[in-house]
Amino acid sequence: MTTTSTQADGSASAPAGIQERDRVTVRFAGDSGDGMQLAGNRFADATAVFGNDFSTLPDFPAEIRAPAGSLAGVSSFQISFSKHLIYTPGDEPDTLVAMNPAALSSHLSALAKGGLLVVNEDAFTSGNLKKANYPSNPLTDGSLEGYRIIKAPITTAAIAAVDDLGLTTQNAERTKNFFALGLVYWLYDRNLEPTLEWIEERFGRLPNIAEANRRALYAGHAYGETTELADAHVRVPPAVLKPGEYRTITGNQALVLGLITAAHLSDLELFYGSYPITPASDVLVELAALREYGVRTFQAEDEISAIGTAIGAAYGGGLGVTGTSGPGIALKSEALNLAVMTELPLIVLDVQRSGPSTGMPTKTEQTDLLQVMFGRNGESPLCVLAAKSPGDCFYMVLEAVRLAHKFATPVVLLSDTYLANTAEPWPVPDINQLDLIEVPYRRNELADAEDFQPYARDPETLARMFVPPGQPGMQHRIGGLEKSDISGDVAYTPENHQRMTDLRGEKIQRIANFIPELEVDGPESGDLLVLSWGSTYGAVFTAVNEARDAGYELAHAHLQYLNPFPRNLGDVVSSYQKVLIPEANTGQLRMLVRAQFLVDAQGYNEVTGQPLSARLLTERIVQYANE
Amino acid sequence: MVLQTPPLQTVESMIPIAEHDLSRKDYASDIDTRWCPGCGDYSILAQMQRGLADLNVAPEKMVFVSGIGCSSRFPYYMNTYGMHSIHGRAPTIASGIKLAREDLMVFVITGDGDALSIGGNHLLHVLRRNVDVKIFLFNNRIYGLTKGQYSPTSELGKVTKSSPVGTTERPLNPLAVALASEATFVARSYDTDPQHLQATIHRAAKHHGAAFVEILQNCNIFNDRAFADYTDRDVRDERLLYLEHGEPMLFGEEKNKGLAVSATGLRVVEADGPDAGLILTHDATRPSPDVHQLLARCSYPEMPVPMGVIRQVTAPTYGDYLDGQIEVQKFRNRADVASLLRGRSTWQVE
Ligand code: SF4
Repeated sequence: MTTTSTQADGSASAPAGIQERDRVTVRFAGDSGDGMQLAGNRFADATAVFGNDFSTLPDFPAEIRAPAGSLAGVSSFQISFSKHLIYTPGDEPDTLVAMNPAALSSHLSALAKGGLLVVNEDAFTSGNLKKANYPSNPLTDGSLEGYRIIKAPITTAAIAAVDDLGLTTQNAERTKNFFALGLVYWLYDRNLEPTLEWIEERFGRLPNIAEANRRALYAGHAYGETTELADAHVRVPPAVLKPGEYRTITGNQALVLGLITAAHLSDLELFYGSYPITPASDVLVELAALREYGVRTFQAEDEISAIGTAIGAAYGGGLGVTGTSGPGIALKSEALNLAVMTELPLIVLDVQRSGPSTGMPTKTEQTDLLQVMFGRNGESPLCVLAAKSPGDCFYMVLEAVRLAHKFATPVVLLSDTYLANTAEPWPVPDINQLDLIEVPYRRNELADAEDFQPYARDPETLARMFVPPGQPGMQHRIGGLEKSDISGDVAYTPENHQRMTDLRGEKIQRIANFIPELEVDGPESGDLLVLSWGSTYGAVFTAVNEARDAGYELAHAHLQYLNPFPRNLGDVVSSYQKVLIPEANTGQLRMLVRAQFLVDAQGYNEVTGQPLSARLLTERIVQYANE
Repeated sequence: MVLQTPPLQTVESMIPIAEHDLSRKDYASDIDTRWCPGCGDYSILAQMQRGLADLNVAPEKMVFVSGIGCSSRFPYYMNTYGMHSIHGRAPTIASGIKLAREDLMVFVITGDGDALSIGGNHLLHVLRRNVDVKIFLFNNRIYGLTKGQYSPTSELGKVTKSSPVGTTERPLNPLAVALASEATFVARSYDTDPQHLQATIHRAAKHHGAAFVEILQNCNIFNDRAFADYTDRDVRDERLLYLEHGEPMLFGEEKNKGLAVSATGLRVVEADGPDAGLILTHDATRPSPDVHQLLARCSYPEMPVPMGVIRQVTAPTYGDYLDGQIEVQKFRNRADVASLLRGRSTWQVE
């Protein structure tokens, strides 16, 4: 591990010849085989070290390798970096790097007029143009008028730079992403050092490949310097972040760290049962590499087995966790209901993706809220949480584990594709400052075995008296059949079923007494409240502030607790004339809020597979405020 | 062909022993059994309780997990920990318990519909992974709890409520399925032979690894006498083959018949006939399940029906591998949550 200090003090002004800007958004687009994700991630690292605040948005096709040069195979990576704190990866790029015609054709519409276009002119062959449905070459037919264009021979220049290393043509060509990266580093005045270090670390054992990548990077950088690109040379001064130690983190990484930390804080052994599914697979993959932390990962034969084993581990007294995406939740419903009935502390991570059915596996959406709330037979309440940013995934895992144990209940934590893959700077938490997680069964085990009743309840939380197997004299049976209050024996009487239904519901409601109240940013009452949840936090926060800058007075509140809601939510939503709920679905939170509080909340809904657009949302806020 | 037989060498499972001597009733819960009078499940329950009492297993260290079906009521009647879970999924829950709690002895109680129809996938995988759980499949070749529909082990053409003019599908052979998964312990017994059933339970309980036991169980309400043709007292000696590791495969009241390899499988030969020398000796520990599969395929009336431990081989369990990896990785890498949180690289903002 290396620690670097940010190179600038935040006040330095740009050297002569460089224009200074507050915020820039760059999008790299190319074939899935072109290494765009790699280039983007290196750029993010360099940006972190430089000291900007930033946010990234990888976007890749579900196909691993669609035919080269095809529209279906285009992969992109967007990064926005700023001297101010930012909360989204930017709606539209200022600069688009297009490695081939298909990438240009897919992403040009996102580039603002007057934006900077960096294209690999070598890739604009007649074959590639045809694959991208271009009747003529856009680089020469005048159709790109209005954009500033840098036409660079990226492929040939990269090959030339590594010429004498004796690489195969294919390997020589593969360095073109480092050439492009070097060029963009020059454009945005980034330091090459972090990337050179990374190359050494990654390719050190293949010295030829390492050298080729280094040379391509330098060559791209030199290309910027020596070609007449002066008007494109831009610098974004470092942001003033809160002092401390930072790292880059994605939502999926934060889930992994959260689980390991929760196991540490609760002194429980982590068991993670999962079946590979986009976009949750990384959690399984990364946890599997952490055996030294005592992590037991189990790649199950299917989604049902994944949750079944996690339930078994939870029942055995471990930290039982399963992770999946929407289609997996559908398969897990019956078992999740078993965990509701048996009142076991189970953690379910749902990294949502576009649906219905297989939908768009690599695209984002917030469409599982109602599924996890209601997608089970019978009256089946459970606790639902949602993370609001990549780094927040870490803290919400700790919260999920705390509540699952305190209340002996399954907890579903919602993340999504956007949070899973987006990277941002994250202040590294001090493990010694985090609260320990209490595990009530350790107390229950000490109870008098003679009086032990598995469905006796804590008077405050209504959590049942959960005791894992192993305690002499406390042997008992649980299961999916209705339980008799207190004894936990099978029971079919009408009064008991009513009572148990009420108790299960009331228990979940009482969680509200142990979670924070909803905080409102802005006036405590007034004309307009914007209410959001989950990964849209950044876009909504940005849009609300833009509307404020335009002179509108409005409040914003963001929910991380979806079931139960914070206890003051009813008061909050009834304190404003208008409530607007933006969501990346057709109105799922809105349905819950309207039903529960009888307020005429309106929606702003996008279901495009992309994160909410802050610009369009700002327009909607302004329009609704004016109504 | 006479197969060479190595001595039976298996690692025995660590059985948690109770502090005091326990008897059958210590393993019985105070819940009234609710199977139909005459159901084969009663005998199996009694033999399980007796068998465990013989081994003096600590009841608090045992967990019985079941799915859905008549047999899956079983955990309620055991004075152990237990979970009556959901249809077909008991192997998954049992796996999770065992992997989280190596100290517990974990049993799965299942039926032909639960294990081979809705839960077929899980059965294959728990066996191939060799998770240290003991699976008892009560095969009555019918759906009892839902009142008489055919099951995946019902014979082709069987008339049941959901097949009024006979089924149109071939049955699964539970032993063949277990052997196809290369289960490390595969056995068969039946409800009406208490001694044999108890002995089989003992062996399964002591096996280190996944144990699969098919128990032929009579459902006297919906599929009465399904196995009577060969398990009835007066015919069983003639029609059953009691397998013992290292013993010749002989059967018949006078032990006058035996099994030998034929071009297409196994065949019956006279024990005092010209082919007597070809009679096979049972080798449960043979790594390849080939001969075990031939035994599993023996069915009445052409062949005697095998009973006993068909296969028992020694292999590391899933938990052994997992624990081993954790040990090795702990030795190789320092586990330090604080440094994990910091990741590959960090930067300092002043
Ligand atoms: S229906 Fe059949 S299997 Fe079920 S309890 Fe009755 S006799 Fe036993």
